[in-house]
Amino acid sequence: MCTLEKRGNLFILTLTGEDQHRFNPDLISSLLDLLSQVKAQATSGSVLITLAQGKFFSYGFDLDWAQAAGSERGAAKRLQDMADLFKPVIATLLSLPMPTIAAITGHAVAAGFTLALSHDYLIMRKDRGILWMPEVDIAVTLPDYINALFKEKIGDSSVRRDLFLRGLKMKGDEAEKRGVVKAAYDGEAEVREASVCLAENLGKRKWHSEVYAEIRKGLYPQLSAILGLSHKVYAIARL
Amino acid sequence: MCSLEKRGNLFILILTGQNGEHRLNPNLFSSIISALSRAKAESTRGSALVTVSHGKFFCNGFDLDWVNAAGSDEETQQRFNLLLDYLKQLVLAFISLPMPTIAAVNGHAAAGGVVLALCHDYVLMRRHRSVLYMIDLDLGIKIPEPFMALFRAKISGSARRDLLLRGLKIKGEEALKMGIVEAVYDGEEEVTNSGIEMADDLAKRNWHGEFYVEIRKGLYSELCDILGIASKAIATPKL
Repeated sequence: MCTLEKRGNLFILTLTGEDQHRFNPDLISSLLDLLSQVKAQATSGSVLITLAQGKFFSYGFDLDWAQAAGSERGAAKRLQDMADLFKPVIATLLSLPMPTIAAITGHAVAAGFTLALSHDYLIMRKDRGILWMPEVDIAVTLPDYINALFKEKIGDSSVRRDLFLRGLKMKGDEAEKRGVVKAAYDGEAEVREASVCLAENLGKRKWHSEVYAEIRKGLYPQLSAILGLSHKVYAIARL
Repeated sequence: MCSLEKRGNLFILILTGQNGEHRLNPNLFSSIISALSRAKAESTRGSALVTVSHGKFFCNGFDLDWVNAAGSDEETQQRFNLLLDYLKQLVLAFISLPMPTIAAVNGHAAAGGVVLALCHDYVLMRRHRSVLYMIDLDLGIKIPEPFMALFRAKISGSARRDLLLRGLKIKGEEALKMGIVEAVYDGEEEVTNSGIEMADDLAKRNWHGEFYVEIRKGLYSELCDILGIASKAIATPKL
């Protein structure tokens, strides 16, 4: 499922196993649990890296589990339930009191792409893996918080249009060129190395955890409102 | 005026008349809106629409001759307001069209004509002999809100400022660089044919129109809220 490791100031959240890391209620619950642990142990200089084993970062919601409901209505309800359960994961990441990095070493699709995009920095493979929002191809609509996330994180309207209305499968070098990811590297090891390097550089800044989270929320006001994240005003006496 | 042609899965909306500037007056507006209703009524899975025009102009904006032919200052203002109303209905009709849309801009587009082009999901343009010009600033005309929301939705960053606040006549290559258009072509025939080809490619994706339109509305949520057509989740996805 997923594990949490602490290495000095680094929190490493891993989606384990060679499977597609599809989000079903169990995995979502585990993720939420681990993220709460990260939040509880946060200090100045903490950084989170999320990574995944195998060929997939995550392929999104567990459609097999949804269809196992037995009927079209049942499947739709299960999908809606997962979308509702997933929202707090995004909310927790958006309010996590430390910088966050998604080390994308495999395909990040639908809710998997959403999870990655909920991090402050995305680092991806150039040689393998795609970012893809297949909703237009599989005929489902997107929940409001996912629309808001993409709108506020990706400034370029042509990119958002290509991802949502064209179902574009975006590879690493295009993602880097068009500003969807921070950087793309050849090879899994290079992506992990670059993520750890970035994490160490960010951690060295020893930022005030709560202030970091508040500034981040301020960057994404619409999304924060939809996720029900309140805003705290901090006054610091000494500059 | 305009005509609607059907070629397999494609709807081709043609702004007719070689000599005209295809200025928007109540007749042309009604004609286009009714063509769009027809396309909507006859749409199926895998439909697509491309808008083309003939002559030196794509669309040179409102028919100001018609506006100024009014008997009094009051009536002039009323006529202008009526055209604004029609333009809003036009935007609404395009945003609600359950299929991908492409504008093949063969010639100059100004003010309302730029709005018309931007109503489409994709804009292709002629490299030479074609400019996009938001003449409103130079004429001292304000741009009312639903159209500002369209610009905010479709154009990002400094491109938006340059389009609206600099009175620039934007040629093909520049429009491409600014991210306003997808591609530029030499010659009217080439841009028209490329528009039809692109529509064909998108039609082949065989998207379900009712989902396509909801994803589009979610993508342009601010605009749709202002137009009063918020996106809705469709309860039964076609998994």
